[in-house]
Amino acid sequence: MSDKNMVMTSGNLAFAEAMRQINPDVVAAYPITPSTEIPMRFAEFVANGRVTTEYIPVESEHSAITACVGASAAGARVMTASSANGVALMHEVFPIAASFRAPIVFGLVNRSLGAPVNIHCDHSDSMPERDSGWIQIYCEDAQEVYDTVLMSVRLAEDARVLTPVFICQDGFITSHCLEPLEFLPDEFVRSFVGEREPLYPLLDTDNPVSYGSFTMSEYYFEIKRSQMEGMINALPVYNEISKELAKKTGRLYEPVENYRADDAEYVAVIMSSATGVVKDVVDELRIEGIKVGVIRVRFFRPFPKEDLAALCRGKKGIAVLDRSASIGGTAPLAAEVKSALYDLPEHIPLQEYIFGLGGRDFYAEDAKKIFYRLINGEYSAKADFIGLREGKKDNGNA
Amino acid sequence: MNKTIEIRWHGRGGQGAKSASAILAEVLFEKGKHVQAFPEYGAERQGAPMRAYNRVSEAPIRCRCGVQNPNVVVVVDSTMIESEHPSYGAADDATYLVNSAEDTVVLRSRLGVSENARVIAVDATKITLQEFGQNRPNAPLLGALSRVFDDVPVDLFVTHFTGKMDKLSAGMLDANRRAILRGRNEAVIA
Repeated sequence: MSDKNMVMTSGNLAFAEAMRQINPDVVAAYPITPSTEIPMRFAEFVANGRVTTEYIPVESEHSAITACVGASAAGARVMTASSANGVALMHEVFPIAASFRAPIVFGLVNRSLGAPVNIHCDHSDSMPERDSGWIQIYCEDAQEVYDTVLMSVRLAEDARVLTPVFICQDGFITSHCLEPLEFLPDEFVRSFVGEREPLYPLLDTDNPVSYGSFTMSEYYFEIKRSQMEGMINALPVYNEISKELAKKTGRLYEPVENYRADDAEYVAVIMSSATGVVKDVVDELRIEGIKVGVIRVRFFRPFPKEDLAALCRGKKGIAVLDRSASIGGTAPLAAEVKSALYDLPEHIPLQEYIFGLGGRDFYAEDAKKIFYRLINGEYSAKADFIGLREGKKDNGNA
Repeated sequence: MNKTIEIRWHGRGGQGAKSASAILAEVLFEKGKHVQAFPEYGAERQGAPMRAYNRVSEAPIRCRCGVQNPNVVVVVDSTMIESEHPSYGAADDATYLVNSAEDTVVLRSRLGVSENARVIAVDATKITLQEFGQNRPNAPLLGALSRVFDDVPVDLFVTHFTGKMDKLSAGMLDANRRAILRGRNEAVIA
């Protein structure tokens, strides 16, 4: 190993460690599985004087995010975390945070929404928030979670963006897996994230402003339009920040990751932790001379439509793997990918898959099956399932 | 490319399999390996069957699914041989480490594995009952695992056990240290 500060930790504890180094002004949280360890570990840092954060233990997730919005509007640097039904309870407040341009950084540890009650991973908690006006970043592993927290503080607070950020990681799979990763020195992190310089803080009594005012049809539309501008700026600003951090770490995270996709004939489009096993399968099939690749969507909001379409050009077939469903419609990732491909001159055959709901595991054999189906031209108009037990149908490893 | 070693632990809630898999990962990480440790979370209650997993490799590990084809299987509670089928999906030449007072011939037959498999028996329950009066078999099992990962000094297992279990009293830590060393010495390999 090199002289890097490599430690054994998990996605949750890496998130909490990044919070300690950032030392936010305010954290308001209501713990819920599988993100519990984030506020738990952070509360230890507060209790032991490792940070100077005002930590507000509240009585519900709704109160947690409400306290975060108030503190952020006041000018504070604010962070929190939640999962599943906790995220759902916060739903009412998310669009308000985005419209207030409150740059909250949020650890969203993905867990399926009940019912039935299930503590394991899918993306059914974060996907309903895709239209709340927040940036959404999905991480593959704990190192990426840690690095993304540092970048997100800068991204959210940048005057050109000023938009809250969800940093999503897969519940248990990423949040609880112990693996080695590199923590950067405290001094580096503090200088990298700097101090928040709020534009219109409520606590600046010399320059009074109003938040949460009443606006009917004469101004609401214009306010929404200006909010969109921040989201439009997010990717160019992110690309500046990610290159700056990569100079220190050597780890560059593109909004869409291209894994051996350039010369691939067939690609799988996927998000988050399940990408790893597909990369392994790609390497294996490549040894046999089968040209396959992976496109990992890291930014879901804003959706990097042009990057994705460019990577998909000229492919013979595409499989899109969603870890959530839109019951009665097209699953979220497939809907975005199909929309992005519409502007291409060619029509590329595409198969939608739904996998991994409620933590159902996704294996190498599943990924192989998906590539072989593409190669054999097996497409269906409807979404197919991987890992589902259903009659006599072969849906892979269930 | 070096092959990844995959380890599957079969235990019951409260027996320490999750902690033991984490300690094993930390030990091998200190030896410069790439590692993963993750439990399969179910209904978390004392006595319920649970699994934990490790992957160990010379190269970074990207795969995050549960272990289906383990090279090493640790059976923390031998009553699970019949109920959990620990040999399921394992390689023919896999290593089985079983917490049991039975001899390896009996265990090989109960496990239903061929002569190609390596079977290691250690009465970890007896050791921890004698050393500190509790059935917490993870320390002797870690000691026995130092025979499987034989390039790792057993002292590293002791150091990391002590580091991980820093809330235990000094007396308990010393008893666990003895239990780790006894697990290494009393393991029968066949």
